[in-house]
Amino acid sequence: MKKTYKIEVDCANCANLMEDAARKTAGVASATVNFMTQKMIVEFADGTDPKNVMQDVLKACKKVEPDCEIEL
Amino acid sequence: MQELIINILLGVVILTAAGLLIFIGSRKGGMTKKQRTMMIRILISASALLGLQFVSAEMFDTLDVYLFPSAGRWIRFACYLIDYFIIGYDILKKAAKGIKNRQVFDENFLMAVATIGAMALAVYENGEYLEAIAVMLFYQIGEWFQGYAVGKSRRNISNLMDIRPDYANVERDGKLEQVDPDEVGIGSVIVVQPGEKVPIDGIIVEGNSSLNTSALTGESLPREAKVGDEVISGCISMTGVLKIQTTKEFGESTVSKILDLVENASSRKSKSEDFISKFAKVYTPAVCYSALALAILPPLVRMLFMGLAADWGVWIYRALTFLVISCPCALVISIPLSFFAGIGGASQQGVLVKGSNYLEILSKTKVVVFDKTGTLTQGVFEVNGIHHNELENAQLIEYAALAESASSHPISKSLQRAYGKEPDRTRVSDIREISGNGVIAKVDGIEIAAGNDKLMKHLNIPYIDCHQTGTIIHMAIKGAYAGHIVISDIVKPHSQAAIASLKSSGVEKTVMLTGDAKKVANQVANSLGIDEVYSELLPAGKVEKVEELLRMKLGKAKLAFVGDGINDAPVLSRADIGIAMGAMGSDAAIEAADIVLMDDDPMKISKAIRISRKCLRIVYQNIVLALVVKFACLILGAFGIANMYLAIFADVGVMILAVLNAIRCLFVKKL
Repeated sequence: MKKTYKIEVDCANCANLMEDAARKTAGVASATVNFMTQKMIVEFADGTDPKNVMQDVLKACKKVEPDCEIEL
Repeated sequence: MQELIINILLGVVILTAAGLLIFIGSRKGGMTKKQRTMMIRILISASALLGLQFVSAEMFDTLDVYLFPSAGRWIRFACYLIDYFIIGYDILKKAAKGIKNRQVFDENFLMAVATIGAMALAVYENGEYLEAIAVMLFYQIGEWFQGYAVGKSRRNISNLMDIRPDYANVERDGKLEQVDPDEVGIGSVIVVQPGEKVPIDGIIVEGNSSLNTSALTGESLPREAKVGDEVISGCISMTGVLKIQTTKEFGESTVSKILDLVENASSRKSKSEDFISKFAKVYTPAVCYSALALAILPPLVRMLFMGLAADWGVWIYRALTFLVISCPCALVISIPLSFFAGIGGASQQGVLVKGSNYLEILSKTKVVVFDKTGTLTQGVFEVNGIHHNELENAQLIEYAALAESASSHPISKSLQRAYGKEPDRTRVSDIREISGNGVIAKVDGIEIAAGNDKLMKHLNIPYIDCHQTGTIIHMAIKGAYAGHIVISDIVKPHSQAAIASLKSSGVEKTVMLTGDAKKVANQVANSLGIDEVYSELLPAGKVEKVEELLRMKLGKAKLAFVGDGINDAPVLSRADIGIAMGAMGSDAAIEAADIVLMDDDPMKISKAIRISRKCLRIVYQNIVLALVVKFACLILGAFGIANMYLAIFADVGVMILAVLNAIRCLFVKKL
């Protein structure tokens, strides 16, 4: 399943770091952060609950970039 | 001298910051809250710093007499420290958080270490605090500008691409009501007033108007639309009120599809973007470790092996300069911004690029393969000539049209069009279709045979071959030859210019594939100046030919296939890059292609290639500019020629230049 989330991040490198962090989160099959449109596109692995996974993604992203925001 | 320059710069910063706050900060939407606070901090800190500049260390030292020994030194430090915190507290906080989260190597950490290091050196020597604070100040200014410029251009580009209609007018109880287009079901009737956007695809049931399709196609000529015509969303009705019965839901309408496509385009990252993000991941830690090495190794070598003084201060300073240079942001920001601007500029011209990666491949295209029908030619067959006839032209066409009236073949349709009237079927009887040959029928009781040379041979009627290329329909009336009608596809008016323009924009080979007869294909290719022709191909044959051409091409050259997207989807996906044209409203084509030309003007192909070349040129310029400046600074820093000021100006300056350069991608109208 693929979902798109609005995000808020100030610098392009931080967006890359967020992308990395999201990809490494369990339950995420693939993730792309689009800095220009301020969107995160997450593809979830089969049988996972997007809501729970996104909580982890948010936590992981906050870790690499405390200033970021993901609208869940 | 340097001090004077810095003082002047601080003055400029103060004036600019105040100006920006007054003129932009007061405007609604001019600055975000974050940006405003930051600007105020910059203003306060710069003013304080400039003020402190005029109070020398000796003046502070006079305080010693009134207070305790070396009180002046510490008070001076405290003053600068406060200023340092005003400008840099958020950086320090983020750096601390980074360390706690084991995300050490980010630019906050680098700036924190570099400036704290410089502060420490200054405390130790009771020397210049100015440098540490100024570096932090200029770094913050750079960040502010980057955030502002990128945010603004991001919004501007998005606005350009934003063709999203906000509402749909629905008539309820005789009154017009504005509703969310999402809520309009299929088959409902919406009203579009002059000047409004058509929100949902549909068919006109009442009214006529001229439609401005420029937002979709980049074509400025308006199109006339009347009752029964299909209209696609995103067009602007210019003259009349239209009532439209919707045929699709909003989410499935052209405008939503296009928006979706363009917005997601920059999520498909190009190789250059991947390269840069990989590079950034290696670059920052590498520079940090080199900085560490630079701080420790040379002093040790000097001390142990050369018997010289260690000069710790000098080498630590050089190492700190290294850290300032190591922020990769200029590089990381400018590449996606360039692609985004390029895709935005292209979409304004009616060229939809589905991803940054496709823009990159397109720029390397050396071979362009065309489908003939519908791409280079109009795909509409028309009667182009009538020869060797004894009857009036109109009479012959009438007979032909009537004889073929039962057929739905494209050829018979062109005959009907040439005839111009609805054929009266009651006049026709005894129709015999001879498959692959033609038709024999009685019109008004007269026997008419219409078909190709095989039919004439079959009927043993001598016929005259035609010197023109196209589909030839020989006519026989009562068993006697009555001349022939030539039907051929018409080449698009811009096709020849488009091929020439492709050549001049660096395409080495143009190839045409067609299912048509060899003679027709060769004639079209010659008239257009196409290098190679492969004719009489079945759809599967086209895929094979493209594969063959893919094998033949050299090195990094890419092959593009241009088709109308109707039955060449397999070829579109097999080529390095598939370009579908005239795709406005055709879902299949939008689906299969990598690049979609909204109208069917072949000139757009070379335009798309030029846009991609320009965009990629700018991307490479930015990469080279950033890398050269950074490495030059690193080397100069290592030898102690560049100080921290130069490092921070190089960093901020390169970033500003790269962002401004990236914006140039947007200006593609005149390409």
